[in-house]
Amino acid sequence: MSYTATWTRVSGTGETMNRTLAAGLAICALFAVCAVFAGRLSPHDPLAQNLAARLQPPSAVHPMGTDELGRDVLSRMLHAAGVSLTVGLVSVGIATVIGTTLGLIAGFYGGLPDTLIMRAVDIMLCFPVFFLILMVVAFLKPNVFNIMVIIGLTSWPGLARYVRGEVLSLRESEFVRSAVMAGFGAGRLLFVHILPNVLVPVVVTFSLGVGGAILTESALSFLGLGVQPPQPSWGNILLAGKEYIHMAWWLSVFPGLAIFFAVIGFTLSGEGIRQWLNPRERG
Amino acid sequence: MLRFLTQRTAVLIPTFIGITLVTFLVVNLSPGGPQVVQDLNVRVSSETRERLVRLYGLDRPVHQRYLSWLRRAVLLDFGTSFKDGKPVMAKIAERLPATLLLNILSLGLVFVVGCLAGIIAAAYRNRWPDRLIDAGVFLGYAVPKYWLALLMMILFGIKLGWLPISGLRSINWEYLSPWRQVTDIAAHLVLPVVILSIGGFAGLARYVRGRMGEELDSDYVRGALAQGASENAVLFGHAFRNTLIPVVTILGLSLPELIGGAFIIETIFSYPGMGRLGFDAIMARDYPLIMGIGTITALLTLAGNFIADVLYGYLDPRIRYR
Repeated sequence: MSYTATWTRVSGTGETMNRTLAAGLAICALFAVCAVFAGRLSPHDPLAQNLAARLQPPSAVHPMGTDELGRDVLSRMLHAAGVSLTVGLVSVGIATVIGTTLGLIAGFYGGLPDTLIMRAVDIMLCFPVFFLILMVVAFLKPNVFNIMVIIGLTSWPGLARYVRGEVLSLRESEFVRSAVMAGFGAGRLLFVHILPNVLVPVVVTFSLGVGGAILTESALSFLGLGVQPPQPSWGNILLAGKEYIHMAWWLSVFPGLAIFFAVIGFTLSGEGIRQWLNPRERG
Repeated sequence: MLRFLTQRTAVLIPTFIGITLVTFLVVNLSPGGPQVVQDLNVRVSSETRERLVRLYGLDRPVHQRYLSWLRRAVLLDFGTSFKDGKPVMAKIAERLPATLLLNILSLGLVFVVGCLAGIIAAAYRNRWPDRLIDAGVFLGYAVPKYWLALLMMILFGIKLGWLPISGLRSINWEYLSPWRQVTDIAAHLVLPVVILSIGGFAGLARYVRGRMGEELDSDYVRGALAQGASENAVLFGHAFRNTLIPVVTILGLSLPELIGGAFIIETIFSYPGMGRLGFDAIMARDYPLIMGIGTITALLTLAGNFIADVLYGYLDPRIRYR
């Protein structure tokens, strides 16, 4: 596998990709394929209603059954994959940029910026964040854009605190000190010497965070405050599953499994990267 | 000790102001007004509408409104609900015991199960009990809790009929004998408490395992074993006692997540707690009630962290409050 070879060279440990990482990436890739090719893979139109065939159990025609409006659940699940992955990746992308930037600033400059940023982090860590997210999404319109932004804006504090700690210890290291001595400016110190050294934990946090964001998005949709019908999302299919819990188990089981495995995929990838780079740590 | 307490309290104040200010701004600057003003009959004249807006103080600038809100909130007076005119504090007080019960039981369960799992995993490092617990921890983190709630409702509530799946009490609760009243509430609590705790086990078990591993590798443990102390005595009496200290802090920090989870869990199980009240308040845009619940939730979290801090010093004699 050529990509393994490249990665091994980058890591420099000479160790091949571990099983955790391989399994995680495989699951993520599977979901990515579902999301990208949802249109071609779907056996039916995800929005086409057929009231004559409502709440049908899984069969050859509808492998995951039909919902309360007779729509094909498998097709809806495939189309929902794109929504979940987009929300997960974009929102954590936002959080990663904010968290890394603030952590770098706080750790590098210290003093007043550090105090202000860390105070904000303390406040955010005590915040009933899910309550805030619910509130914002309910007051502004619940749509994919707002969900991504609000999850992104509320999930950076842990990363900011972590990056700050790393920067503080890097600042004392020999190579940064000699760079300071050589008279390099703040920009070069930050981007050439410090940033590359915090990127690995940032990537790990990113991968673990995507799983968390997918969980939050699906919870919002499940409460009716996420992706709005008729657009399918795993969370809002589950919401219908709750309504018909007595007669249609397939509406509850399949979307839940999808969320479960998506989260497992991203979490395994994050753990895998961590193990791969710190071989002493066992997962 | 006194100085430590005043110092900690001083730190709480900006945090409290920060949380309530952000909540207040989000509530008041969002487009659209509260439902009472929005959903009026179309025939209501604009004068009446304006009078209502003035009555609720919605015409004043935001900073003035926040300051006057804060002045009253310090005395735990959050005004009256837009929806039914009842005092917000009375509405919260009615729901708070149920939420505290749910959260304290979950916290206790997380503590006991998380620590035990961590200890067992550390004692059997890299053998099957450790791997089994590790897998369980991982699955517990990844599973959507509300989905698990649905599955358990189907299994234990509908298919097996062992446990009730909604509310805190049966309809005929008042006519039951005192003993049956207690068991009835306990039965209603099983599913919400277990599901609320599942996310917490994962982090704690993993943490305890890591710390216990370090402790078990240390010289004093080897020394105790060499002197003939039994393995269990070393595990629980020596290594775990040292692990316990940071665990208290971890539990304190897990409070926001637990309370956040309670919003979903209470809604699913129609549990008469503050989380569901908060959800309904958000849906109705009941500003005073939202602010009240946000503030009380924040206060509970801060109190939890504060208690954890104090306990930390109590458990670890090396830390002296000066």
